[in-house]
Amino acid sequence: MKFGVIVFPGSNCDQDCYHVAKNVLKQPTKYVWHQETDLSGLDCVILPGGFSYGDYLRTGAIARFSPVMEAVKKFADSGKYVIGICNGFQVLTEAGLLPGALHRNRDLHFICRHIELKVANNKTAFTSACKTGQTLNIPIAHGEGNYTCDAATLKELKKNKQIVFTYAGENPNGSLQSIAGICNKRGNVLGMMPHPERASEAALGSVDGMMIWRSLLKR
Amino acid sequence: MEKKVYRELGLTDAEFERIVKTLDREPTPTETAMFSVEWSEHCGYPRSRKYLRLFPQKGKYESLVGEDAGGIVYDGKAIIFKAESHNHPSQVEPRQGAATGVGGIIRDIFTTGARPIALLDSLRFGPLDNPLNKFIFSGVIDGIQFYGNCVGVPTVGGEIYFDEAYAGNCLVNVMCVGVCERDEIARARAQGPGNSIIYAGSKTGRDGIGGCSVLASSEFAAGECEKRPTVQVGDPFTEKCLIEATLEALKTGLVVGIKDMGAAGLTCSSAEMAAAGGVGVDVDLDKVPLRETGMEPWEIMMSESQERQLLCVQRGKEQAILDIFHKWGLEAEVVGFVTEKKQVVIRSGDKIVANLPADELAKAPIYEMAFEKPKTEKPKVKKPANNSRHLLKLLADPNIASKKWVYEQYDHMVQLNTTVYPGGDATVLRLKDKDWGIAVTTDCNARYCQLDPYIGAQIAVSEAMRNLVVTGADPAAVTDCLNFANPEKPDRFYMFKSCVEGIADACKFYNLPVVSGNVSLYNESPRGPILPTPMIGMVGIVKHINQRCSAPFKEKGDLIILLGETKTWTGMPDIDLKVEAKVQKACLEAIQLGLVKSAHDLSEGGLAVALAECCILGKIGASLNLNEPVDNNSLLFGEGQSRILITISPDNIFPLSDIAMLNDVPFQILGKVGGALLSIFKKQKKLLELPVKKMSDTYYHAIPNLLTPAETGEKR
Repeated sequence: MKFGVIVFPGSNCDQDCYHVAKNVLKQPTKYVWHQETDLSGLDCVILPGGFSYGDYLRTGAIARFSPVMEAVKKFADSGKYVIGICNGFQVLTEAGLLPGALHRNRDLHFICRHIELKVANNKTAFTSACKTGQTLNIPIAHGEGNYTCDAATLKELKKNKQIVFTYAGENPNGSLQSIAGICNKRGNVLGMMPHPERASEAALGSVDGMMIWRSLLKR
Repeated sequence: MEKKVYRELGLTDAEFERIVKTLDREPTPTETAMFSVEWSEHCGYPRSRKYLRLFPQKGKYESLVGEDAGGIVYDGKAIIFKAESHNHPSQVEPRQGAATGVGGIIRDIFTTGARPIALLDSLRFGPLDNPLNKFIFSGVIDGIQFYGNCVGVPTVGGEIYFDEAYAGNCLVNVMCVGVCERDEIARARAQGPGNSIIYAGSKTGRDGIGGCSVLASSEFAAGECEKRPTVQVGDPFTEKCLIEATLEALKTGLVVGIKDMGAAGLTCSSAEMAAAGGVGVDVDLDKVPLRETGMEPWEIMMSESQERQLLCVQRGKEQAILDIFHKWGLEAEVVGFVTEKKQVVIRSGDKIVANLPADELAKAPIYEMAFEKPKTEKPKVKKPANNSRHLLKLLADPNIASKKWVYEQYDHMVQLNTTVYPGGDATVLRLKDKDWGIAVTTDCNARYCQLDPYIGAQIAVSEAMRNLVVTGADPAAVTDCLNFANPEKPDRFYMFKSCVEGIADACKFYNLPVVSGNVSLYNESPRGPILPTPMIGMVGIVKHINQRCSAPFKEKGDLIILLGETKTWTGMPDIDLKVEAKVQKACLEAIQLGLVKSAHDLSEGGLAVALAECCILGKIGASLNLNEPVDNNSLLFGEGQSRILITISPDNIFPLSDIAMLNDVPFQILGKVGGALLSIFKKQKKLLELPVKKMSDTYYHAIPNLLTPAETGEKR
């Protein structure tokens, strides 16, 4: 599977995602600069965490206007895989590739810690190696991860089984129904606040993030 | 020139006379401003330099000393690190003061060509029992998380202490560690007449003018808020772009030298780059990108606007470098060139506004400061009535309680290197392309330094080493932030002098080089001086990353062992460096042989607090039977040095005792890990018993409980 990692000015998990895709998963991987528009040859695009454009104005609000985002939309429309992690998730909601929005955390603080993540739906390309209800130990690190959407959207998310991950146990950021990650209706675009790339090597304390990568590599 | 003008800039009459004599004329306003910043304590160290020469520059690993940030070389990698203070700006404007402290030290690291991989913050505040102290505390934490999280460098450690002595003058010391290949190190110098001087980064504005000469080099008087305009404003997004652009530019091989525009901005970077390269520079201020119109030349030269660099680039290759910075959305302009004559020439319009010998600017005077030993009171030791209650009280003391509320606001995992997390003794980072890693820590018990500056400073060095050793690291090199009060008062200066001597002697004994550092004097307010606080930052090498160790108790049935000897507690510990070295060596050897399952340093609150922390972090109890021939208070709460608590599997007791005996280190089996209680007996008599859950709640909730919901933002 060929991975592309988008680099916005201010992305800061781009090198981490690149490292995991290239050196841990051993897949062909390249960086894609935010002004590029050609994603041909890639099978999966990762929008990494960080503070694209400083997250000034609103998280992800400026990044959605980057030239590369038009290409990402077309890429997603063609059925290829897109994963937005943390700031990447925020960019995907701003760009309209995923519904809802990410508010400031309930406690108004940035939170960096390992949490238990529950797999709410294992019938997706990103979770097929997991069991539904299984918990994964994966870190979060965000100030704006409080997922929200209107009642109609929530109903829609549930009906289409688009809620992929929820926080097991304590809800760290106040997100609606403890939502930690969702996919689009078609199931090829995933947005999640936790960082699977930070839980992909034993030396870092958890390898549960590998379940997501493994699911994807089965495709 | 009127006396008022140069005095307001921080120059003395004698200094001004020396300038006139050197130039053989009155300096221009721009030149006066340039001298005032270069000769300030913050940049030129006129009051402290004499003593800083005592520090050893060589140690057990090859060291790199002499540039803005120093470091060591191990296995082909340069590990570059430095600490810097941002005390006065943080007292005046906590959020921006702390944020720009983080930004400044990161720039010092990546201008050497090293990618910053870790930040640590050593902080001191007044007690959390009044609104102003709380405001400063929360503001500083917010500034650090705001800047550090965005810039993508993990904040992995540090320390926080509260004491009345810091109520009028907080301390914010930030340490940054970076890594690059040994042959990729960049130099902070201009060379090759005809080569170009390029300005890169943010535009220059009026922020931070006189930050180092006015704000950092005098003590606080009443009305300190008037100094707010001298604090800079930070933009971590620009800094992140500047990191990537700078490292990319250095990779081209076209950059001859590079220097951060930090304290004293363009003055410092241009003059020091010229002096270091033995050349001159000719800079045209009309080419400097400005944020506002109508800035005077001296304002441009003195501005401490953040996120700026000065580069010396090969002639004819300028465009390639400018293109890289422009790609990252940054300003970049050729503003001057290198000259043969060793003068710093600054032009504005068709005028030359400064024409100074580069060496003179970089050669601040050295002052002989008077010192006098102050009278110190002997500490009194109060014996607690109830040991269990006393332990809970200690665990709830903000100086001992968990700092989780703070470090969970920092991204401590980005870059995928953090393998032993904050919350224990030191943090361990792996290097992705090596099988070894590094451990990092900061340490200073300022109360010991107040009681005995020489011994207190030696303890700070020894304890920083112990923090590293318990993670499995070999202590390798030191950086420091020497925070002291007004050096013009002899009793204050005595503290500075004695602490420096203590650090220097300890480092020589342990064979550790001091590779970089920072001096922050004048830390005093109308409320009095701060405690002498010589913060020690240290880096160690974990030779095999799989042999790292951490503090939490691991498994039921493991034996709890104390390395070192417990002595009667008198309120101020003594230290024997030879004994300390032996204890550390024994511990490190045992860890490297894979015998040790957990290791934790004994420090504030002694054995009882160390045991409680190992239980809390490991979420498991322990039961101990002590029989050392000292009184119960010394046994439980004494802060005697050179002691380490470890656990081993019972099978490993024989190899462990061999190591202890070969190193001539006393050791005792204290008890076993297990259960849900911490129970301590002495000769079958119960001294202390507490549920781990209760200790844990106390330990973790203490700091959030001191802040109101509005201050923590938490719903409780």
